[in-house]
Formats: sequence, structure tokens, C-alpha cells
Amino acid sequence: MNYHYALLFRAMLPEITLVAGALLVLAYDLIVGRRHSLAERQSASLWLGAIALSAAFVDAATVGALGPVYGDHLRLDLLAVAGRGGVIVLGLLTLGLTAGTKPVRHPAEYVAIMLFAVTGFTLMAAAHHLLIAFLALELASLCLYVLAGFDKDRRESAEAGLKYFLLGAMATAFLLFGFSLIYGVTGELDLSRIAYVLARGQMSPLLAIALAMVVLAFGFKAAAAPFHLWAPDAYQGAPTSSAALIASASKLAGFVFFFRLLWPGLGPLAGDVSSPGNTGGWMTLVALLAGASLLLGNLGALAQTNLRRLLAYSAIAHTGAMLLGVIGAEVAGPGPLFFYVATYGVATAGAFGVIAVLESHGGCQKITDLAGLSRRSPLLAGCLAIFVLSLAGIPPLAGFFGKFAVFAAALKVGGLAGPAGWLTMLAIALSAVALYYYLIVLKQALVAAPAPGNSSQIRVPFMAGFTLLVAAGMIFAFGLFPSLLLGLF
Amino acid sequence: MNLLPCTIYLSFAGALLSLLAGLRSAATARWVALLCAVGGWAITLYAACGFTPSSEVVPLVDVPWIAQLGIHYHLAVDGISLTLVVLTGLAATAGVLFSWNIEERTGEFFAFYLALIGGVYGVFLSADAFLFFVFYEIAIVPKYFLIANWGSTNREYGAMKLALYSFAGSALVLAGLLWIYAAGHASGFSLWELAQAAAATSRHEQLAIFALLFTGFAVLAGMFPFHTWAPTGHVAAPTGASMLLAGVVMKLGAYGCLRVAMSLVPLGLDFWQPVIAWLAVAGILYAGLVALVQEDFKFVIGYSSVSHMGFVLLGLAVANPTAVAGAVLQMFSHGVIAGLLFAVVGRMVYERTHTRQLSELRKLPLHRLMPFAAVVFVIAGLASMGMPGFSGFPAELTILIGTWQMSLAWSICAAIGVLIAAAFTLRVMQVSFFGQAGNAGTNQSAPEDHSAHHFDPISWPEKTGAFLLLGATVLIGLKPDLLLDWIVPSLHSPLMQAIWHGGGR
Repeated sequence: MNYHYALLFRAMLPEITLVAGALLVLAYDLIVGRRHSLAERQSASLWLGAIALSAAFVDAATVGALGPVYGDHLRLDLLAVAGRGGVIVLGLLTLGLTAGTKPVRHPAEYVAIMLFAVTGFTLMAAAHHLLIAFLALELASLCLYVLAGFDKDRRESAEAGLKYFLLGAMATAFLLFGFSLIYGVTGELDLSRIAYVLARGQMSPLLAIALAMVVLAFGFKAAAAPFHLWAPDAYQGAPTSSAALIASASKLAGFVFFFRLLWPGLGPLAGDVSSPGNTGGWMTLVALLAGASLLLGNLGALAQTNLRRLLAYSAIAHTGAMLLGVIGAEVAGPGPLFFYVATYGVATAGAFGVIAVLESHGGCQKITDLAGLSRRSPLLAGCLAIFVLSLAGIPPLAGFFGKFAVFAAALKVGGLAGPAGWLTMLAIALSAVALYYYLIVLKQALVAAPAPGNSSQIRVPFMAGFTLLVAAGMIFAFGLFPSLLLGLF
Repeated sequence: MNLLPCTIYLSFAGALLSLLAGLRSAATARWVALLCAVGGWAITLYAACGFTPSSEVVPLVDVPWIAQLGIHYHLAVDGISLTLVVLTGLAATAGVLFSWNIEERTGEFFAFYLALIGGVYGVFLSADAFLFFVFYEIAIVPKYFLIANWGSTNREYGAMKLALYSFAGSALVLAGLLWIYAAGHASGFSLWELAQAAAATSRHEQLAIFALLFTGFAVLAGMFPFHTWAPTGHVAAPTGASMLLAGVVMKLGAYGCLRVAMSLVPLGLDFWQPVIAWLAVAGILYAGLVALVQEDFKFVIGYSSVSHMGFVLLGLAVANPTAVAGAVLQMFSHGVIAGLLFAVVGRMVYERTHTRQLSELRKLPLHRLMPFAAVVFVIAGLASMGMPGFSGFPAELTILIGTWQMSLAWSICAAIGVLIAAAFTLRVMQVSFFGQAGNAGTNQSAPEDHSAHHFDPISWPEKTGAFLLLGATVLIGLKPDLLLDWIVPSLHSPLMQAIWHGGGR
């Protein structure tokens, strides 16, 4: 096989930039940072990290869609380009939000690990080979475990990190087991060649186990019900910006990879969910996960009093809709799914950003801690309203169009005659339930009077405010002009 | 004519401007809001002057918006939507005038208010189902905050109930639209394309789609038994918002029933017609009877709204050109009259007496303390009862004539509804404004200290708003042809034709 190392170097420019940036952040802090205060070190690390991410974004955009690279181990198609750009932008948002929080104890390490995580994400978006995909996923996951447990002063953070790690590691084991079975049956690791082999073979019990393992592992990683139990604890305990990264960029990278694995890779085993009774294939499993996530996420969110746990349950519900998007990709391609996940990432990262700012002004755990936000800081309240309404799917915000496109795609898979259609109807019905808990949040923020003794004005740090405004602007822009993103595919 | 889309942009820009103006002073925000509302209304009136009635739908804007799904930014107007945008302009202007006394967070109030108006204009002008739905949902959220922030009795409950009912309704609509799109293999969302796609689906599917679409919209139009959000929502809302809710937002639902549900799936209308008509009749009678025994002044008006909207739904369900023309006329008429009634109750009376309990109002000689309010309420009440000379009369009469051609039973029940409306209107009029008048003779000896009840005089915005609405109801009452000339030709547009062939026998 003929490997073009020059081409590989070009294709990997974003990752190289990110790793170099991470090392630079560490080195700068080691050499220069010692003489400065924690806040200064944090802001220097953040600036360096932001520059590295911006450079990586420029790289990813200029490299463009090269097609198969390094013997098709990486596939730089439009989805990969969009996925890389998307995770980098979400990483940038998360970094900007970190500026609004209290400095962590080791800011340079925090930023560097974030950059490594984003490296994992960008690789996941491009990987077209089981082993590379696995390595990328593990690079990202290990970074996220550390980020979740980074706040060493708080027990909850340690709990979040540990739970996330234990369940994530188990999921990894399942995933690897599934991959090894696929390799054992097909003798291939490359996705397109796996598809080629599978297309001429039959469904076998071994393959069925492999599929179950892969989908189950992915269910764990993406926090789909019934494998969601780690998510509320992790979202609640992790440092806010880590939670934002887990909820946004990691979801996007995960779904891009999952789409690639399932459709171009395991497409021949998709099965059929356009009519009942036609089971077999991974679509059935995905449909089951989607239904369970929609129900459990939306109904579970109704009972929450903690804002972060509410966001976690809302994330589970949204995972259900995203899984529906995976099913709908059969007829509509990855466009609607990508749009949904990317805009969901922006909205949820933004919501965590608001929490992050509030964190340093009296804390923000309970929903009632938001009381009187519109009087304390109109900027935060306005941004929160935009993010939450986008999560609820209210036009003209991006979340609405994401929902619309995904549902339209899923309904085209056999209409209402089969499970895909029923799930869509369920999702539409549950969106009315979802509006209730989102409005509960907004009621506290925009309607309720400030709690006594907690009515001081909030000064929003410049960078955090700027990031929130950019995120809100993106929500509006993608909502009003969805073709900006959809047109990429 | 081509200025009409500016009503939408002006309202949304006005929302932003009044938010900013509110940072300076409440008065600035009020004037900005008033200017925007009047500006929007002036545009609609100007367009109305240049409107030549025809069966053609006049396109305003048509540009590709989301090419991937074949969605266009397509605005168009015909006689029906013109009637309703003129109503929106009038109701918006009057609503701002009756919200003149909002002192708390004035800028935000008018921002939500104008955002709602912008959504309403958008719905009435949309010719693309996706765009229609977008504007329809945009109108939901501001309602919640208007009520939850500035409302009165039980406001958070009322606001949440209203928002959830509206959103659940719109979820049904979304399901129906997507179903047509997917099952009919439509290439876009324009009403025309969707109508063809719907015709391509099987009969059973069409029946189900119609049920989804019509129920979804009818929730917002206050169809029995999904009307319960309306009284609680109207009562909890601040006056300006009640006027809008009853005046134009409920019309969104009825308009959606006509423009989307009925014209896209006429076959479904044919099947469901008896069910809808009986539900409409049930709504007229039930809400009327409930209004008869309410103890809260505003609840009476709230239930009367549901009862009057029942006439609109009945007119739509009967689905012959006469009844539907009457239904559209009734939408306009009820928009004006309900606005007027809510203005008297919520603004003129409640803001001064701070009670809406009829038992307490009965003790006050309101007709002497507030002669202006009493006169306005009497006139509005007469209009609401369907007295000749006011807009309610031609509207309800046309609906009844149309219904008569279809079914004697429905029209008799609806006629009884008119009697009940007269009963509850007269009752509440007597009890609230003339409560003391009846027993004045027997109570001479009791110490009556009216000077203890000193109320602020009726302010100029209230008078202006009241005159505007009164003028409109009298004008249409005396010359209903003004609107019917626009409405009737539009009923023969190609999309509407399907209704008469599928539904009207």
C-alpha cells in the first residue's frame, strides 16, 4: 500500500496544531507562569488555548475535504470537515466560558487537557478505521474523565469523575469487544471494506452480539437511556466548563463517528424500521434506545430541582432525538443529524456558560437559584432564555429547525407505518412536555423576584459575556438561516 | 400592498426598540410601542385601500429560504388574511393604549407584546406552511411571559396552562404537517404543494391528518373541550394581553383551521364535519351557561369569548361559502368586541376598584362613579349580544343562515346560544354597573358614602382606545359589506374551492 506522508501531514494539521498548542500552554505556564497569580495564569492559558483552537479551525477549513487519506484510515469528507470545525468551535465556546469561572488550581493543565480532548474529537470526526476510531475515542474519553474530576477541592467533582470513569471504562470494554468481533467476522478494520464484506454475507449470531455491544457502548458514551445513569451525577459534580464540553463537543464528535460507523461501515446490517415486525439489524436497537431516552429524559427532567441535573435529563432526551436522526440519516444523510447535534451543543454549552458565571456569584445548583436573574443581569437572563428556548425547540432559534429537520427525515423512513414514524410522533408529543420544564427554568430567571439577600447585580466577565453573546448569535443565525450548516452537505 | 410584510418587521423591530427604550424611561417605551402599533395598523389600512377583491392570492414576497427542504419565505395576502391583519393592527393599537398604565418593566412588557404582534401578522400573511408554523410558535412564548410577569389572579398557573395548551396544539399541527410532507412525498412546504401531497395519501391517512391539524389549531381557537386554557388565561392576563389573546390569538387557531387544516385535507373535513359542528355547538351552549353563573367579572367575559368562538368554529365546520364568510366576519367582530369588553373589565373597572367579584361590584354604583365605562360596556354588551347595528349581528346572522342550509338542529342550538349570550351579558351588565340602582329606593336610609370611592378619571388613552374599537364595531355593523366584499371572492380561490367540493354538499 502506498502511504503519502505529506498528505497525511497536511490532513492532520489541525490535530498537530492542537497538540502543539497544548504543549505550548504547559510550557508557558511552567516557564513564565510561576511568577504570576492564579488568575493571570488562567487567562494566559486560556488565550493560548484559544489561539491554538482558532489556528486549528483555520487549518481544518483550509485543508478541506481531501477524501481518503493514508490508505483510507482517515476519511476527510464534508462530514469530517464539518465535524472537525464543529467540535473546535464548541471547544472554543467552552474555553471562553471557562473565563467566567473561578480559576481552577492548575489552569494550564486544565486547558491543555481540554485541547487534547478536542484533538480526540477531531480525530473521531475523521476516523474511518476501527482502531484509529477507538484510539481517538479513548483519547477524548480519558481527557474527559480527568476534566470531570478536575476540581480537587470538591467531593462532588471527584464523584463525578469516578462515576464517569467507571461506566465509561466499562463501555469502552464493550466497544472493544464489539470491534474485535466485527474484525473476527469480517477480517477487516477499514469501514468501507467491512461494509463490502458484510454486504455479501449474512447476519450471524456473532455479528448480532457485535452490533449489540457497539450500540450499547455507544449508548453509555452518549448517555442514552437506559445507560444514562452516570450523566446527571457527572453534570452535577463536574466543573461547569467540563460539563459543557461533555455535553456539547463530545456529543458532536460521538455522533459524527457513530453515524460513520453505522451507515458507511455497518450499513448492510441496518435492518429495517419502516414497518413493524421487520426486526433484526442495529436500527431496531437504536430505535429502542431512542424511545427509552425520549421517555426517560423528558419525564425524568420533570422531577428535577437541580438545574444541572435538569440539563442532564434534557441531554438524555435530546440524545433520543439524535438517535432518531441516526435512523433518519437513511434517507436524509447526515445533514439533519449534524445540524441537530451541533446546534444542541451550542445551546447547551451556552446554558452551562450562564451557570458558570452564576457559580462565582453565590452558586447555582437549584433552579430557584436563578430567581430574579433578569433583574440581576439582563444579559445573562436574555442569553439563558435564548439557549433554553432553543433547547425547547422554539422558532426562530436553531433548536427548532434541528428538531424539524430530524423529524422530517425520520418520518420519511417508512412514514407512520413503522417504529420510526411512531418514535417521531412520540418525540413531537414529548416536546410539549419538555416545554414545561424549560419554562420552569425561565420562570425563575425571567419572572420570579430575586431571593432576599441575593439581589446584587452580577458583573459578567468580559470574555464570558462575549462568548455567551457569540453563542446566542449563532443560535439565531443558524435558526434563521439553517442552510448555512445544512448547505455543507 | 407590497408594504404589508413591513408590518412583521416593524413589530419585531419595535419589540427590540421598546426594550431599549425601556432602559431610558417607561414613557419612551410606551410611545415607541404605540408608534409601532399605529405604524403597523396604518400599513394594513393603506394596503386595504389599494386592495381589489378577487379570488387571486396576491403574492408579497417569495424567496427560497431553506433550499434543502424546499422551504420558501413566501408571504401572500387575500381578502381573508387582509381582514385579519387589519383586525390585528386595530387590536394592537388599542391594546397598547389600554396598557398605558404598565409601570413595572415597561420596556420588557412592550417588547413581548410587539413580538407577539409580529408573530400574529406573520401567521396571517404566510403562504408557506413551514413559515406559518414558525410564526405560529413565535407567538406562544411571549404570551407566557406577558401573563406570568404582568398578570393578576393565579397568573403563573394561567400562563403555564395557556402556554402548554398552545404548544401541545402546535405539536399536533407539526405532526400533521410532517405527516403530509413525508407520506405525500412533497418537495416543499407551500400550501399548494402540501395540498397536492395530501391528496396523494390514502383516505385513512387523510382522516387522521385532518384530525391532527384541526384539533391542533382548534385548541387555540377554544374548541370545546379544549377551551379551558382560555378563561383562566384571559383572566390571569394583563388587560392589553387579554385583548390580544381573545382578540387575535384565538383567531390564529381559527385561521389555521380554515387555511391549513380545511383547505389541505378537504376529505377529512367531510368526515369529521358532524363531530366538529357538534363540538362547536356544545362550546357555544356550555361556555354560555358557564358564563351565566360566574362570580368573577372577567371570567364572564372569558367564557363569553369561548362561546363566541364557537360560532366561528361552527361556521367553519358547516363549510359552505355563506357560513365561512360569516365565520371570518365573526372573527373580526369578536376580535373588536372582546377587546372592548376586556378593556372595560380589566383596565377601566379592575384597575380602579381592585376587585372583579360581582358581589362586591354590586355594592358600588358604578354607573354613577364611572359613567364612561358604563356606557362603553353597555354598547359593547349590546354588540356582543348580536344587536343589529353592531358587527356581531351580521356575523352571527350570516353563520346562522349558512348553518340553516346545512342542518336545522345545529342552527337552532346556535340560536339558543345567542339567547344565552344575551342572558349572561345582561346579567353581568346589571349586576356590575347597575347593582345599586335597583334597590336605591329601599336603601335610602343606609349611609351611602360615595365619596369614599374616589376613582381616577378615565384617561385619554383609554378613551381613544375605546372610541377606536367602538367605531370599528359600529362601522362593520352598519356596513358589513366593507369586509364581506374582501372575504367572499377569496373563498373562491383554487385552494378554497376544494373545501366546497369536499366538505359542502
